[in-house]
Amino acid sequence: MDDLLTLLSFGDAGWGDEIATGVFITVSLAIATIPFGLVLGFLLALAKRSEDQSLRLAANIYTTIFRGLPELLTLFLVYYGVQIGLQQLTQMLGFDAYIEVNSFAAGMIALAMVFSSYASEAFLSAFQGIPQGQYEGGYALGLSKRQTMVLVIAPQLLRLSLPALSNLWLILLKDTALVSVIGLADLVRQAGMAARITKEPFLFFGIAFLIYLVLAILSSIGLSRIDAYAKRGEASR
Amino acid sequence: MSISLAVISPKAPPPPRPQPWSSTRIIGHVLMALWIVAGASLLWYLASNVASPFVLKYWSDYLDGIWTTIQIVVISLAIGSLLSLPIAAGRSSKRKIFFLPAYAYVYIFRGTPLLAQTFLIYYGAGSFRPELQEIGLWWFFRDAWYCVIFAFSLNTSAYQAEILRGAIQSVPKGQWEGAQALGLSRPIIFWKIILPQALMVSLRPYGNEIILMVKGSAIASIVTVFDLMGETRRAFSRSFDFQAYIWAAVFYLLIVEILRQIWDRLERRLTRHLQR
Repeated sequence: MDDLLTLLSFGDAGWGDEIATGVFITVSLAIATIPFGLVLGFLLALAKRSEDQSLRLAANIYTTIFRGLPELLTLFLVYYGVQIGLQQLTQMLGFDAYIEVNSFAAGMIALAMVFSSYASEAFLSAFQGIPQGQYEGGYALGLSKRQTMVLVIAPQLLRLSLPALSNLWLILLKDTALVSVIGLADLVRQAGMAARITKEPFLFFGIAFLIYLVLAILSSIGLSRIDAYAKRGEASR
Repeated sequence: MSISLAVISPKAPPPPRPQPWSSTRIIGHVLMALWIVAGASLLWYLASNVASPFVLKYWSDYLDGIWTTIQIVVISLAIGSLLSLPIAAGRSSKRKIFFLPAYAYVYIFRGTPLLAQTFLIYYGAGSFRPELQEIGLWWFFRDAWYCVIFAFSLNTSAYQAEILRGAIQSVPKGQWEGAQALGLSRPIIFWKIILPQALMVSLRPYGNEIILMVKGSAIASIVTVFDLMGETRRAFSRSFDFQAYIWAAVFYLLIVEILRQIWDRLERRLTRHLQR
């Protein structure tokens, strides 16, 4: 038992600090993805609601592709695709340089693409919960279209789509595990490294598993707080 | 009182409203043009590579990979659906001894990444090698294929149990009461009255679960199972040719789209009495 505790301690003898940095990278990747995913998802939802057929079609093609591809494949496509694309571009420009894409950035882009295509559906169904009168009321007050959207519709939209978005956050948190495959030193990768070196795979993968579980529990507690805060204006039934 | 003496000839329909080139319309057309260019260049790229050395060398591997992916998905879903029955029953039970374990099981498997579950089973089993050899189960945990099936079945059983529970709870209570009033026994009520209605509700979530499973099965490639993704990664690591991933993307999109179409047909057929 003491041996196991030594393995998990912080410092040179144990793997506690490595695993802690892994957790930090996992969480920061998920948090860094959220703003891009939300903004892109909102724009996609607006495009899918627009009166123009071509815009709707373009947005639908995007979601069909990124909801149909496995997340792992999207990650590889972005990681190697950007790398090879940039390399060919520099060669065309006459440089001869080896380019390596930052795996954090590649992971962020790929996860944001997947997240936004799911988030757009969440926003789209939330849009249906906002009565037409809200828009009309906004216009009647003399707000411009953009002001109505930002000041009147968006806050309600966020509140209505909160349950679906909480689900997407939990899925995103789980999907970050895939980034270990392209070499980012996240929780799974650090655990794998510790497991290989110490020959204690069950201990370290078990720890990683439990940390993911704790992260999920903490997020659902936090999300239910946010949900309660968002609902503070509603009458209790 | 006015009487019309002559038949009023119908007026011509109003002219179609002119569509101004608003900013949204311009953006839409630009984006569509981008998609069309991307799609056309993809088609051209694939068509020009159909007889390339890469495809000639690896096409049979890709077919093997697709077959492996299908096997993984079908076997895991089948085992998972069997496992989901007792879990769903426990999850909707009122007794704590049944409810709590089922709840914990569902929460744990839905709260952690499939990748971490697969690693824990496949690599973690190595920690118990002597014990597993003693009880004669080592052949099972030594093989990545069995471990993947095991992990995926456990994972999908948790999701399927939630789908099943939600569907059964969505059947109104009056259905139970009405059937009891007719003097039917509980098993017959469940199998003949509740379950058919619940299956209709659960059809769409089940379809989504199958698609999630197809996408999730790509994870098997990380633990050295050569499914479609595994064959793709092997082909890429040997040839460094990016078309490896593009072919994989095309195949995955085709599989998912075909499944979606089949499921839409099935749903329309099974709910045809509800359509007007």
